[in-house]
Amino acid sequence: MVVRMSVPLTLLGLLDREPSHGYDLKRAYDTYFGRGKQLPFGQVYSTLSRLARDGKVMISEVGPGVGPDRKQYVITDVGATDVDQWLTQPVEPEPHLQSVLFTKVALALMLDRPAEEYLDTQRRAHLRRMRELTEIKRAGGLVDVMLADHGLYHLEADLRWIEATSARLDALRKVVRP
Amino acid sequence: MTIAVEAREVVFSFGTTPALREASIAVEQGEILAIMGPSGSGKSTLLHCLAGILVPDAGEVWFDGERVDTMREARRSVLRRERFGFVFQFGQLVPELTVVENVALPLLLAGVRRAEALRRASGWFARLGLEGMQQRRSGELSGGQAQRVALARGLVAEPRVLFADEPTGALDSLTGEQVMDLMVGTAREQGTTVVLVTHEPRVAAYADREVIVRDGQVIAHDRIAS
Ligand SMILES: Nc1ncnc2c1ncn2[C@@H]1O[C@H](COP(=O)(O)OP(=O)(O)OP(=O)(O)O)[C@@H](O)[C@H]1O
Ligand SMILES: [Mg+2]
Repeated sequence: MVVRMSVPLTLLGLLDREPSHGYDLKRAYDTYFGRGKQLPFGQVYSTLSRLARDGKVMISEVGPGVGPDRKQYVITDVGATDVDQWLTQPVEPEPHLQSVLFTKVALALMLDRPAEEYLDTQRRAHLRRMRELTEIKRAGGLVDVMLADHGLYHLEADLRWIEATSARLDALRKVVRP
Repeated sequence: MTIAVEAREVVFSFGTTPALREASIAVEQGEILAIMGPSGSGKSTLLHCLAGILVPDAGEVWFDGERVDTMREARRSVLRRERFGFVFQFGQLVPELTVVENVALPLLLAGVRRAEALRRASGWFARLGLEGMQQRRSGELSGGQAQRVALARGLVAEPRVLFADEPTGALDSLTGEQVMDLMVGTAREQGTTVVLVTHEPRVAAYADREVIVRDGQVIAHDRIAS
């Protein structure tokens, strides 16, 4: 699944709940947004220092112990405004995968290669991923279900396009190989 | 691996309309297989041939090491009743019977005593999320509820193979998922083989593997690239 996730804005958003230590932020991130891909500590701290440099968080040295875990991060008004904007703006609707699929199909037809076989292979790959996501749903909690569903609906949309294209190959061949 | 049901180069025509042209498919014991493909490609016809409902014009159908297509109809009918379960898209419940009687039907037909059959049928209702609806008529259920009842009827006699043709076709996606969760969960538990016809990828994703039927033929796919 192609996931484009803004780590800085997500951490900022988590900080908008309450001032937190880097460790708490990492744990919350991994729980809700990581999905099998943990955020490395290094990335958490480097992101937080960039946010501090840009005036979006402040660091208050509190608590016992040594090292980075003593630091607590507090969101600033600038940071809170960023979060606010990010949460209200729509994501750019980008059907980029479809255009890759289309390019492959059209080129296959131009080069007189088996476009149908390519579509069958693609369908198989999509269905395999859908099976994995369905398994995740069957085994997981509500957060897993909702994230897996998001992937499933997108893959399903691709598959509908694949079916429609498969039915229109002859017509498309005439267009791209006049 | 043990093959549960198999079609070998099955040919079938409705009058002059060819529906299957040498379609071949083998379903393993305990496997959940999805049959996909465009409308009119022959999916239902293939399912009916595998289940011994239709007899192919040519080719062979096997179940558990036995030829099904050459059996006498009486024996095929016993096979369907005792070894197979069925779920279809609509209109399968008997309106004159209560819901629990509908579920019990395969057991009653197999000669299980009435009280015992109703008891076993009743056991399904909690799992179906239909507790308390046993005495309703099928006309008093929503589409999704009726479909879950039909699924219970398909599975109640613990068939070796469950044949399902678009079992979620008339349902919204969340209700369809409930039906699929129940079907797959129960089939795995009981070791039931499932042959599932669907055009919905999200339904097919519950299966272990899928095949595509196109123009009356099964496009061989499956394990090759996995
Ligand atoms: N009872 C019938 N009489 C005549 N022709 C039939 C009959 N049933 C099916 N056919 C034809 O046989 C072919 C295969 O039909 P079948 O029902 O197996 O398709 P299908 O793949 O299940 O389609 P769908 O996805 O629409 O259910 C089609 O051309 C159809 O028109
Ligand atoms: Mg059909």
